[in-house]
Amino acid sequence: MGKVKAFGLFWYDFVFGDDPLVAVLVVAALAGTAALSTHTTASWWLLPLVVALALAATLARAVGKKEE
Amino acid sequence: MGTAFLLLSVFLACAVEAVEALTIVLAVGLTRGWRSALQGVAAGLLLLAAVVAGLGPALTVLPLKALRLVVGGLLLTFGLQWLRKAVLRASGYKDLRDEAAAYQRGVAAAKTAAASKRSVVEDWYAFTLSFKGVVLEGLEVAFIALTFGANQHDIPLAAVAAVAAVLTVCAAGVAIKAPLARVPENTMKFAVGVMLTGFGTFWGAEGAGAEWPGGDASLPLVLAYVLLVALGAVWVLKRRHAAWAR
Repeated sequence: MGKVKAFGLFWYDFVFGDDPLVAVLVVAALAGTAALSTHTTASWWLLPLVVALALAATLARAVGKKEE
Repeated sequence: MGTAFLLLSVFLACAVEAVEALTIVLAVGLTRGWRSALQGVAAGLLLLAAVVAGLGPALTVLPLKALRLVVGGLLLTFGLQWLRKAVLRASGYKDLRDEAAAYQRGVAAAKTAAASKRSVVEDWYAFTLSFKGVVLEGLEVAFIALTFGANQHDIPLAAVAAVAAVLTVCAAGVAIKAPLARVPENTMKFAVGVMLTGFGTFWGAEGAGAEWPGGDASLPLVLAYVLLVALGAVWVLKRRHAAWAR
């Protein structure tokens, strides 16, 4: 059980890292882009926008913890 | 353009992982002897080869759009993690990774552990430590090479870049028989974070059905955009860290 748990934890850390918020925002942005793409061809801008917001959000959380 | 970016991205990302694996293997090999350490490296490489042989062909038969959506999403979460840590390090909120210190920690731990023989392995501790280091860092190398290669429909080229990175790092490590402390790993991690995030944004959007203005020609602009965002974050956090430190 210990090895299975360690294996699972390795992959969780590999994909999600310290802040699962990033993964949540990325999935939401991809879903939003897919939805937008059914209505317009100009849906490329959403992902770069969310990348900047996701980086700012995860950095703000990390810095907030450090400064506490 | 795409080929050059593919080669550079895979090479840099894999070199970073190879430095980390080499630090572990050198610490083990120099303190506990090379035989068991190299047996661990060989066993790790065999496992990695099996993973790549199993996953590589499977990735190439998936529909490109679905592959880009999944791989783009994974690269984005993976890349943003790298960028987050790189920005925190560059702005002073996180200590710079010190390969020399990591090496010394490995040496100290290796010196105190007791040796035990199992089957053809004389020193099980040295074997398992080398094996784990190679497999864990190697999985990241395999993931990067396979996903980048599959997306560009050129897994062999990505594999060449990955192998070249590992061989380059190993050659440097053997030549100096010490951790590669002089390699600007934190700068490399920043660059790799930008590339992973940029490729993830580009492929993820395409996989979700978006069309980039100018097609593939917009990839350098996406990378430049991610770089500017990351540098902007460093600039803001540096000022904040200086104010907080006062």
